[in-house]
Amino acid sequence: MKRNDGRKNDQLRPITAKVGVIKNADGSAMFKLGGTTAYSAVYGPRDLYPRFKQDPEKGLLRCDYNMMPFSGHGERVRPGGGRRSKEISMVTQNALLPVINLKGYPNAVVDVFIELTETDAGTRCAGITAASMALADAGIEMKDLVISLSVGMLDGQLLADINGKEDCELGATDIPIAYIPSMDKISLLQIDGEISREELKKALELGKKKCLEIYEIQKKALKQKYAAKVKK
Amino acid sequence: MISDQKEHILQALKKGIRYDGRKLLDYRDVKVETGFVHGAEGSAKVTIGDTEIIAGVKIAIEKPYPDTPDKGNLMVNAELRPMSNPEFESGPPGEKAIELARVVDRGIRESKAIDQEKLCIEKGEKVWSVMIDIVPLNASGNLLDAGALASLAALKNTVFPKLTEDGAINYDEKTKDKLPLQKEPIEITVLKIGDYFIVDPLPEEEELLDARLTAAITADNKICAVQKGGSEPLSIEEIDTMVGIAQDKAKELRKLIR
Amino acid sequence: MAETLKIKNKEIVVPGETLAEGMGFLPSRGTYRDEKTIKAQKMGMISIDGKVIKLIPLTGAYVPKVGDKIIAKIIDIMMSGWRVDTRSAYSAVLGLKDATSDYIAKGADLTQYFGLGDYILTQITNVTSQRLIDVTMRGPGLRKLRGGRIITINSHKVPRVIGKEGSMVTMIKQATECNILVGQNGRIWINGEPDKEVLAEETIKKIEEEAHTEGLTDNIKKFLEKKTGKKIAVKGETQ
Repeated sequence: MKRNDGRKNDQLRPITAKVGVIKNADGSAMFKLGGTTAYSAVYGPRDLYPRFKQDPEKGLLRCDYNMMPFSGHGERVRPGGGRRSKEISMVTQNALLPVINLKGYPNAVVDVFIELTETDAGTRCAGITAASMALADAGIEMKDLVISLSVGMLDGQLLADINGKEDCELGATDIPIAYIPSMDKISLLQIDGEISREELKKALELGKKKCLEIYEIQKKALKQKYAAKVKK
Repeated sequence: MISDQKEHILQALKKGIRYDGRKLLDYRDVKVETGFVHGAEGSAKVTIGDTEIIAGVKIAIEKPYPDTPDKGNLMVNAELRPMSNPEFESGPPGEKAIELARVVDRGIRESKAIDQEKLCIEKGEKVWSVMIDIVPLNASGNLLDAGALASLAALKNTVFPKLTEDGAINYDEKTKDKLPLQKEPIEITVLKIGDYFIVDPLPEEEELLDARLTAAITADNKICAVQKGGSEPLSIEEIDTMVGIAQDKAKELRKLIR
Repeated sequence: MAETLKIKNKEIVVPGETLAEGMGFLPSRGTYRDEKTIKAQKMGMISIDGKVIKLIPLTGAYVPKVGDKIIAKIIDIMMSGWRVDTRSAYSAVLGLKDATSDYIAKGADLTQYFGLGDYILTQITNVTSQRLIDVTMRGPGLRKLRGGRIITINSHKVPRVIGKEGSMVTMIKQATECNILVGQNGRIWINGEPDKEVLAEETIKKIEEEAHTEGLTDNIKKFLEKKTGKKIAVKGETQ
């Protein structure tokens, strides 16, 4: 059975990844997966206000996820965030934290901004994937890159990278994960919908395999920016 | 000291050279890309030098405002998100974002760019609502002109979504029907620093401005909205000169949006 | 166990990338050991020296170090001196005693020395583990910067802009007839004729962009000669 957009079950949507897309930022990246486009900008390490948030032991990683008002397929997204963006900002921070060494930045903050210009499911995942490239571009000390992807379960089939229709209209179980290759560990896991324990294990294996595909694209995009500066 | 830097910039302007080597009335390179956001009914990205800004148009069906029961609704909003500039903060729009939205709104509204009467579906009950959102990706000066240009390009790019049988919007399907546009306002901001007039300012120049005049110019060279900014007053002659500059520059920018 | 190098000298790597396997290689700056492998800690270029692998960062924030001469900006005036922005995550304090050799009376108007927004060439004298930083104006060449413009580049590229024994910056100064001061924090002050300042800035941005290309000095020389239409003598070359 083919999927609604003609893809195979384990096939990702077309990907574009670019590093250094926001000139003002210390690091930045764009990650486009099908109809979902995430921009991420990193500022810092920089001065942290309010001061009571400062930690003399290590720096703070602060994530801010936002959908642009015109980014949705349906009605306009009311600006100002809300509970959903707050929660996604938090799980994004948790997904990235295990790889980031904040010991070198006591009392300071590393700000990660994620903006979705267009959305077709998997927005938090695209955001995390973009953010980890932006952090590397900003020269932040990190153990590894982080890759994130949503796996779906529909009519007993496991689907890599579900799109908006599969998620909302067809009612697929949505399983966004984030994966850290060098540790072989998962730093984001959410499930929306029903799934058995055995299926979940398979879903995670599929997610990991596809994350490693995206990992190669991330590496290439980062190297492309810097290699251009070395050769020539 | 700020005055020290200002003196230095004024010395350069005296010789006809801007901070980045441009002449006083030169614009940076301008690029307009339309259809930038696939889910929106219309969208455009405008690049002016290092400034990159997106305008997106969403369309909805709403009740008209009580004082204009037979006209469609128009709303312009701007968000200066902290991603685009280290000086911007999270949270509700500040003065700068509100001014940007309102100046763009006035240009579109007062030029009657959209024939709002044609957006009426059922008088007093149902009208089309056109919502423009302006968000910079990278804010490096001249957001007013860039935001206005992106908004106009996005409006020109806009098509109506399909309606379902019971009259609700089906956002998944688009028609080929364009917005009823009649006038196309271009906004140009002219800065006065010392005795000099410049266009398309850099952030460094915006910080040092004495006065600023943003004028929305229609295709037949009429002025349809103006906003004076900055703390220094202007003479009538100066205003006349600045409007003249805006008219000239509007002609140049107009060529970029077809 | 076999020792294998996974990358070549001067290769660009991303954080977490495996650089070598086995215990025969030594991880140096910018790399870390993860059990039996050596991995990159940040974005950078690899430099292999015998058995030692280190990473030359190509991006990242300035890290304040004692002895660095930096260009700082006055951001606050306090009872005891000035707070200055160092273009890092940490601001520094310029105390009254370190600001000038003049005697400053209690309660004096400190803005007559340095006002908000002023840029100064200053030197770092102390950095604590909590990143509390002291700077001084006592030292040769340290001063308030009047006029001119401040541009910024990545601090890791500063050595390239300065060049061997200052050869690169000397060449730009010669060609553009501008005064140029390069702070270790990546802030650079340029003061000269308007068009020449623009050229100096353009040249410095070009060096930042092409910092790790081969024949950089020569390329920049050619660039400046083309732009100014005059021959440039590079220090150390006989012509």
